[in-house]
Amino acid sequence: MLELDAVSAGYGRAQVLRQVSLRVAAGEILCLLGRNGAGKTTAMKAIMGLLPLMGGAVRLDGIEVSRLPAHHVPKAGIGYVPQGRRLFAGLTVAQNLEIGLRAGGADATTLEEVLALFPRLGDRFRQRAQTLSGGEQQMLATARALCLRPRALLLDEPTEGLQPSMIEAIRDVIIRMRAAGVAVLMVEQRVDAVLPVADRVTFLETGCVTETLPAETLRADHGIVERYIGV
Amino acid sequence: MEIGPYIMLASLEGAVTAAVLALTACGLSLVFGVMRVVNIAHGEFFMLGAVIAWWVAQGIAGHPALGFAAALVVAPVVVGAVAVAADVTILRHLDYDPERTIVATIGLLYIIQQLTLMTYGPEARPVQAPFSTRIALPWLEHGPEGWQVIWPWGLGTTTYKLAVIGAAVAVLLGVWALMARTRIGLLMRATQMDREMALAFAIPVERVYALVFGLGAGLAALAAVLIVPIQQAHYLMGGDPLLLSFVVVIIGGLGSLPGTVLAAVLIGLSDGIISVFFSPTLAKILATLLVGLVLVFRPQGLFGVRAP
Repeated sequence: MLELDAVSAGYGRAQVLRQVSLRVAAGEILCLLGRNGAGKTTAMKAIMGLLPLMGGAVRLDGIEVSRLPAHHVPKAGIGYVPQGRRLFAGLTVAQNLEIGLRAGGADATTLEEVLALFPRLGDRFRQRAQTLSGGEQQMLATARALCLRPRALLLDEPTEGLQPSMIEAIRDVIIRMRAAGVAVLMVEQRVDAVLPVADRVTFLETGCVTETLPAETLRADHGIVERYIGV
Repeated sequence: MEIGPYIMLASLEGAVTAAVLALTACGLSLVFGVMRVVNIAHGEFFMLGAVIAWWVAQGIAGHPALGFAAALVVAPVVVGAVAVAADVTILRHLDYDPERTIVATIGLLYIIQQLTLMTYGPEARPVQAPFSTRIALPWLEHGPEGWQVIWPWGLGTTTYKLAVIGAAVAVLLGVWALMARTRIGLLMRATQMDREMALAFAIPVERVYALVFGLGAGLAALAAVLIVPIQQAHYLMGGDPLLLSFVVVIIGGLGSLPGTVLAAVLIGLSDGIISVFFSPTLAKILATLLVGLVLVFRPQGLFGVRAP
């Protein structure tokens, strides 16, 4: 279980997150929904230890990862698929995955499993990441995170700007990860992108959690979404 | 004598300059590329390498080759260790902020320079070359009996100068192999491309930085050990290598190692040739002018990639 306990964080002196608390159980998909600038990406970075916390704690299965130096956080079992993919662009597909494997101390069988999820990457194995199409890059970013055998997976707008077939492929993998017992925390701006997969939805507004609802409720009544994020 | 032999002589001298410059500039380029730190103290690491080479060579009795060989190992390692210490105690605490690290490395420059003046003194001291046999070089001339080989007076080089060129090429190939073929090279390149993502994938960025800073300084020190039998060790000798390294790194493209090496060959050779036919000052003027032109018309350098 991934747990944020009254997390406050920001950039320099500018505070963005105020006392954000969340829980994502193993085998659950929690979606963080909010407008631009609500603090969604900041929350992801705070979990990864890329921003110093001003208060609160992040725990994974009881271990307080927010006390670890940033480069130990992935080793604790958190895989991160950042917004805009942020691949190591000049490195090949193989090298990008190798960095993921190394981060989790995983071996060649993990690589085979991940490549089985994304067969396209196997075809592009020796190609540089920057030569891939947008969808393939998103696959690689997801695969890189899966290579460290995460117990918690963070996805920041994973379907942004992708064509429908790619969105479908990424979504399939996310659902498979849930079935495998991974705690999935997903950030999205558009509600229709998350409702098909999310178990619960947390609304974030100007750095505060306003409400957490089961996705069922939102699927039944779209009016609630409009009330919270006004779109 | 015609002009041909002069050009050949000047090119040979230029090739030695180019070889040493390529090593020094690669160190600077590596540090800038991976850490985004503009290291003003780079020339002092070069000087420190030469001075330590003198200490070591002085302290070891016997054949000069013994002292030189020891210096070749000791100087880069000691200078690398000094650089790692500077990284851990100073740069890390500035969060590698681009502006503050410039000021910090300027301070480092004066500390190293003045400490050397206080301990080593203001003299220029030579280190004996391990071997230095003169080789006369032949030239072809069209005489009354057709083409014939002549040995123009003054056209020659030494085995040591050729060895410097060979050693520099070998070390550069080694650096390339380190970056392209090893795991630590992969981590360095990943850190260079995206520091935050490197952290998010368990790369110990701080350790990579310390290693890169040490490696960069070690390369400068190694270049200095190679040149010190030709140039002598002096506490102010770091200025020229620093200027020329920046010239080369900017022309080649910041952070691009192949560009740096190519620019070093270009600048080194033209420096040698212009120095022989006109004056060393003109060579520096033209090199600096070239930097200006590159910055205006191709700011990312000849081989650099424009930042996205």
